[in-house]
Amino acid sequence: MDWLIEFPAMDTDRLTALKKTIDLGFRNFTRANGDMFETALYPVQWFMYRVEQLLTSSPWPLVILAFAVIAWLASRSPKITFGVIITLLLIGYFDMWEDTMKTIAMTVVATILAIIVGIPIGILMGRSNKIQAVLNPILDVMQTMPSFVYLIPVVMLLGIGRVPGLIAVMVYAIPPIIRLTNLGIRLVDKDVLEAADAFGSSNWQRLKNVQMPLALPTIMAGVNQTIMMALAMVVVASMIGVQGLGLPVLKAISNQYFTLGIFNGLAIVGIAIIFDRTSQAYGKRLQKHLEVVHG
Amino acid sequence: MVEQSEEIGISVRNLYKIFGPNPEAYIDAVKGGMSKTELNDKHNHVLGLKDINIDMPGGGIQVVMGLSGSGKSTLIRHINRLIDPTIGEVIVGDDDVVKMNENELREFRRHKTAMVFQKFALLPHRTVLENAVYGLEIQGLPREEQEKQARRWITRVGLDGFEDNFPNQLSGGMQQRVGLARALTNDAPILLMDEAFSALDPLIRMDMQTVLLDLQKEIRKTVVFITHDLDEALRLGDRIAILRDGEVVQQGTKQEIVLHPADEYISSFVREVNRGRVISVDMVVKPLSGEPQGMAVKSGTVLEVAAKKMTDSNTSMAHVTDASGKPVGALDIHDVISAMVTPVDHEDAAA
Ligand SMILES: Nc1ncnc2c1ncn2[C@@H]1O[C@H](COP(=O)(O)OP(=O)(O)OP(=O)(O)O)[C@@H](O)[C@H]1O
Ligand SMILES: [Mg+2]
Repeated sequence: MDWLIEFPAMDTDRLTALKKTIDLGFRNFTRANGDMFETALYPVQWFMYRVEQLLTSSPWPLVILAFAVIAWLASRSPKITFGVIITLLLIGYFDMWEDTMKTIAMTVVATILAIIVGIPIGILMGRSNKIQAVLNPILDVMQTMPSFVYLIPVVMLLGIGRVPGLIAVMVYAIPPIIRLTNLGIRLVDKDVLEAADAFGSSNWQRLKNVQMPLALPTIMAGVNQTIMMALAMVVVASMIGVQGLGLPVLKAISNQYFTLGIFNGLAIVGIAIIFDRTSQAYGKRLQKHLEVVHG
Repeated sequence: MVEQSEEIGISVRNLYKIFGPNPEAYIDAVKGGMSKTELNDKHNHVLGLKDINIDMPGGGIQVVMGLSGSGKSTLIRHINRLIDPTIGEVIVGDDDVVKMNENELREFRRHKTAMVFQKFALLPHRTVLENAVYGLEIQGLPREEQEKQARRWITRVGLDGFEDNFPNQLSGGMQQRVGLARALTNDAPILLMDEAFSALDPLIRMDMQTVLLDLQKEIRKTVVFITHDLDEALRLGDRIAILRDGEVVQQGTKQEIVLHPADEYISSFVREVNRGRVISVDMVVKPLSGEPQGMAVKSGTVLEVAAKKMTDSNTSMAHVTDASGKPVGALDIHDVISAMVTPVDHEDAAA
C-alpha cells in the first residue's frame, strides 16, 4: 500500500531530465538573445539612471519641495501635502535619504513602464472578448506566482543589477493596471458610447473622447495598486542587486539587526502611504464630475 | 454654417428585427405569422420589429407613437443603423443605410443625421458646451466655429449661463435640453428624436415644440420624432405612425388618425384628443350651393379657430377658400361644433 502513502510521482530520472531540458532550452535562449535584450533595454536603463541621478544628486530641500508640489497638484489636500513633507523630513533625519530616493526612482520608473505597456494591453483586452479570455488566466498566474520566482528568468536573461531588477518589478506590478484598464473600458455606459457612435465617432475618437476619460478613474485605481505592488517588489528585487531600502532590510535579516530592519521597513511604509494617498486623492478628483449636485 | 437646402426622404422597407443569438433562423417563422409571445416563450428570441414599411417624405416631421416596449426606440435606431436589421432596407435619400460599409456609415452619421436620446446619453465628463460641440468636433470643424454654433443653440434651448456646468449638475429636463442642443448644433438634414421632450415640464415642452416648428419653417429638416404623448404627436406630426408589439397598426396624417382610428387600440388613444385643434374645416365642408355666404375661412384652418371666428362675428354660415382665395365650399357652424364634440370610435368611423 505504499503508493497510497507516498504519491506515485514521476520517476526521479525522468523528472530531472525534464527540468534539465527546459533549463537548457532557456539557457540557450538567453545566451543567444541576452545581448539583444540588453541593447533593447538600453533606453530604459538610461531613463532609470537619469531619474535616480535627479533624485539623489539634487539638493534635498528642492526634492522635498518638488514632492510637496506634486502631492498638492494631485490631491489639493493640505493634509496630504504636509504628510509628504513630514515623512520625507523624518526619512532624511534617520539617514535613509539616499536609499529612499533610489527606491522611489525605481518605483516611479517601473510604474511608468507598467502604465506604458499595461494600458494598451488593457485597452485591447477591453475591446475583444477573445483577448480577454486568453489574458485573464495569464494574469491570474502572474498575480499568484510568488514574487521571488520572477527573479529567476530575469537574472538568467539579463544578469544582476538595476535593469533586470526594474524589469522584474514591472512585470510583477503590471497585472492590476491591465485588469483595471480592461474593466474601466468595459464599464463605460453603453448609452454614452451609442451617442458617440451616432455622431459618427471613429474608433480612435470614441476611445479618446469617451472610453478613456470615463475609464480613467478605474484606471487610476489600477495605477494605485500597481504602485503598491512595485514598491513591495522593489524590496524583493534587492536580492538581485537593486539598491535602495531593500538592501538594508536584506542585510538586517541575515545579521539580525532588528532596528535597521524596522527603520528601513518604516521608511518603505512611509513612501507607500505617500504614493497611496496622493494617487487615490487624484483618482477621486478625476471623478468630480460624477458628483450629483442636484436633480 | 452650410446652407441646408437638401431634403432627404427616408423610406423603411420590409424591416424585421429579431433580438437573440440566432435571429436569422426565425425570420421565416415570423414572416409566416409567429407571434411575439410565441417567439419569446418557445425560442427565447424577442421580436423587435415586424414588417415595417414607412415612407417619410423629406422636410417633414414623422411622428412614431406607441406604448412602452412597442419598438419605437428600436425603429429609430435603424435609421442611423445603431441597430442592424435582421432583414430589410432603410433607404435614406438614394442610399440604403443597411448596405453602407463602416466608412460610409460614419460619414453618413456625421453629416446627415443628429440624434436626441431618450436617456440623454450626455458625456458626463464634459461640460454643457463641450457636449454641445461634440458632433462638430468629430467632423473636425475649427473650434471657434464649433463654439459659435453651440452657444447659439444653448441659448435657444434656454440654458444660457450653464455652459460650464457638468451634466450631473443639471436637472433631468435641463440635461434633455443639452441633448437637444447637441443634436441641433450638428445641423444635419435628418433629426432623430427619441422622446426628446419627455423629461420636460409642460411649459418648456411647449417652448421646445415651438423651437422645432420654427426651425422647420426656416430649414426644413426631415425629423423622426418619437413620443408617448398624442397631443404632442398631433401638434408636431405631419404624419403619424402607430406601433404596437413591433408592428405598424396605422399610419397617415393626423386627421386620418383622429377621424378614422384603425382599431380599438388607436381609438383609445384618440378619444381624449382635443379634436377642435386637430381637425380642419376641410373635413366638414359642404359643397357650395349658390353664392358663398358669410365670412371667408381659409382651407386648413382647424375647427376651434373657425368656430371662434364665426361666433365672434355672429354668423352661422361661412365659406372655405383655397390658397388663392377662391371659395371652395360652405361651412355650417352646426357641423363645425358637432365635429368638435363627437367622439369617434373605430366602429363609427367605419360606418
Ligand atoms: N438589445 C435587445 N435585446 C433584446 N430585446 C430587446 C433589445 N432592445 C430592445 N428589445 C426589446 O424590443 C422591444 C422594443 O423595445 P424598445 O426599446 O424599442 O421600446 P420602446 O417603444 O422604445 O419603449 P419605451 O417607450 O419604453 O422607450 C422590447 O420588447 C424590448 O424588450
Ligand atoms: Mg424607447
